[in-house]
Amino acid sequence: MPDFRMPSLGADMEVGSVLEWLVQPGDVVHHGDVVAVVDTAKAAVEVEVFSDGVVDELLVPVGQTVPVGTLLATLRPVDSTVPAGPPREPERPPDAGVPVRSPLVRHLAHQRGVDLAAVPATGPRGVVTRVDVEGAAAPRTRDGTRSSPYARRRAAQLDVDLRSVTGTGRGGAIRATDVEQAAGRAEERPAAVDQVATAAGAPATGDRRTAARQAIAALMTRSKREVPHYYLTQTIDLAQATDWLHEHNRDREVSQRVLPAALLVRAVALACRTHPSLNGFWRDDRFDPADDVHVGSAVALRGGGLVTPALLHADRLSVAQTMAALRSLVERSRAGRLRLRELTDGTITVTNLGERGAESVLGVVFPPQVALVGFGRVAERPWAVDGLLGVRPLVTASLAADHRATDGHVGSTFLAEVDRLLQDPDAMDRTGT
Amino acid sequence: MTGSTVEQPAAAAPTRTVTYREALREALREALQRDDRVFLMGEDVGRYGGCFGVSLGLLEEFGPERVRDTPLSELAFVGAGIGAALGGMRPVVEVMTVNFSLLAMDQILNNAATLLHMSGGQLPVPLVLRMTTGAGRQLAAQHSHSLEGWYAHIPGLRVLAPATVEDARGMLWTALEDPDPVVIFEHGGLYNTAGELDEDAGPVDIQHAAVRRPGRDVTLVTYGGSLPKALEAAAALAADGISAEVVDLRSLRPLDDETICASVARTHRVVVVDEGWRSVGLSAEVSARVCEQVFYELDAPVRRVCSAEVPIPYAKQLEEAALPQVADVVAAAREVVGSA
Repeated sequence: MPDFRMPSLGADMEVGSVLEWLVQPGDVVHHGDVVAVVDTAKAAVEVEVFSDGVVDELLVPVGQTVPVGTLLATLRPVDSTVPAGPPREPERPPDAGVPVRSPLVRHLAHQRGVDLAAVPATGPRGVVTRVDVEGAAAPRTRDGTRSSPYARRRAAQLDVDLRSVTGTGRGGAIRATDVEQAAGRAEERPAAVDQVATAAGAPATGDRRTAARQAIAALMTRSKREVPHYYLTQTIDLAQATDWLHEHNRDREVSQRVLPAALLVRAVALACRTHPSLNGFWRDDRFDPADDVHVGSAVALRGGGLVTPALLHADRLSVAQTMAALRSLVERSRAGRLRLRELTDGTITVTNLGERGAESVLGVVFPPQVALVGFGRVAERPWAVDGLLGVRPLVTASLAADHRATDGHVGSTFLAEVDRLLQDPDAMDRTGT
Repeated sequence: MTGSTVEQPAAAAPTRTVTYREALREALREALQRDDRVFLMGEDVGRYGGCFGVSLGLLEEFGPERVRDTPLSELAFVGAGIGAALGGMRPVVEVMTVNFSLLAMDQILNNAATLLHMSGGQLPVPLVLRMTTGAGRQLAAQHSHSLEGWYAHIPGLRVLAPATVEDARGMLWTALEDPDPVVIFEHGGLYNTAGELDEDAGPVDIQHAAVRRPGRDVTLVTYGGSLPKALEAAAALAADGISAEVVDLRSLRPLDDETICASVARTHRVVVVDEGWRSVGLSAEVSARVCEQVFYELDAPVRRVCSAEVPIPYAKQLEEAALPQVADVVAAAREVVGSA
């Protein structure tokens, strides 16, 4: 018995409510048909059914909020015996003999007052498609006003009814800015948001991977085009840090051990406090410092792609807490279960190449942030200390920063501060240092 | 740059001012020096130094075997160039203007662009054809047309339009490396323009369009002789608070859809500036591709600024009126941005 349950429309969705049923008991539905509109915390979403069948009973009425997984409707196989009694097909149009039309199309036609029998069908096997109905409805709903394709897309994104928008373009055409104003917010251009959306969405598919790649491409291109980068590097002696880690990890289980990455991220978070001009955003031709320190951490995804979720309030975490938070971020990034804030609120980014990485990395700033700190592989190398040559674990720290927001001097003292912090891991470990 | 520690070596590379003509000549000289198979031929390219002075001095430097004056028959010398290319040479054939290249159209289309296909891949034609295009110098209708679009229509050709001294300097060698025929259009109005060229300037990529000026509000797509006009228009628009992005096509075939569409996706508005005629031309092609690929990014109809559909007039005022001018580009951009 195929059932229709409240779907999970995102990692953070726990409950949803039915805004609208697009089918009635007795309707035949097919795999892929949109059967209901479900409201989540973020948006109203059209929900498809994934099996063929006949709608038997709608169990959850419109407006009721239920947990994910709750049975919403029961379906029965198409060929099973219809229960005795009059057929319950009140919504079925009189011309039901003609080719299949999806419930969505019937609903749309009903909503727009379109007579399905009179709509020219362009779908495969003479099926009337959504586009056909919208086309037939267009002259009525358009009321002589015109809108740009981009404005229509923005209207859909911002949930704005175009009929309520006053156009300011030529001949009263509705443009994107009109829609944005109607939505009550002058939207930022959504380049960064696009990336977030692709990274935060549902399970990976080839298309999504392509889309994610394109989103990264767009963002990185924008960064390289718009952000005048400057780069600084500093070799840091990690002998103290390595000793500290060794001591700290000695009696701990593998899963509890702290890796060098946690110390590095912690050092960056603390250095951001003393260098607020590297922690924030370049917006509207000025630097906008962030109130908190949320350190984005570049995570490579299996199968390609990259997300940079943020360790929220990284400056307030102990080293062990930083490690736990990093582990959690990496695991959840790869499982596609990041929270929206983690994807949107980063104030600076760290990319850490890790044990098998290259020696150093000169990164690309993640706009609108103004700085990206890179760490190469920690490797033992000859190094002079107090006039003697010794073998020490070294790491090359780099800073890629937006020259509009800061100059080389600030970047230089920032890296020096990171270096200084890493020479005293105990001090860094005290929360709220 | 305030922090001297962050100076990039690339940014500090010494540059010098050269004209577009000089950059072309340097490219020819480099090609003749680097590869024995390269030779230049065309009408008046030797003793006269080229109708537009591009090859001045090359005959003296490389001798009559490698810088060859030809009779006044485009059909014959373009055909000879194709033959030389088939025979293993790397000819650079100069045709005085695109108008005259029509006399050689049969050789270009039916042989150069086609032989690789018809020989089952056995006969590539590594020919480079250079020709002047464009108006603006009172040379009247038989010397002033912009027929780049005709060539960009033909599969089997690569069509380039260098608009900067860097591209004038760098496109020739890359074109010679291409195993197939390449047509390079030099806009007549550009020869005397000057620009900064790196001391170590050399071959450049010929695959991609370039964003010559970034902007947020409208994309001006253009190429060749219209690039300076588009940049001037962008500067004028900036004074009004309109941020125009200028995309230089560089390659007219194949077109770099990605760069064009990515720009439109950022600005949501596009004006195509093309000195060719509007009907069935390059501007139509760019417009169609934008509509096909980024329709849902468009916040205003695509606008085109093209030449009037007349033979380019001789009289100065009429010629100016017939060609796209900075004010036309500014007006079109204002219109699509909505501040007209």
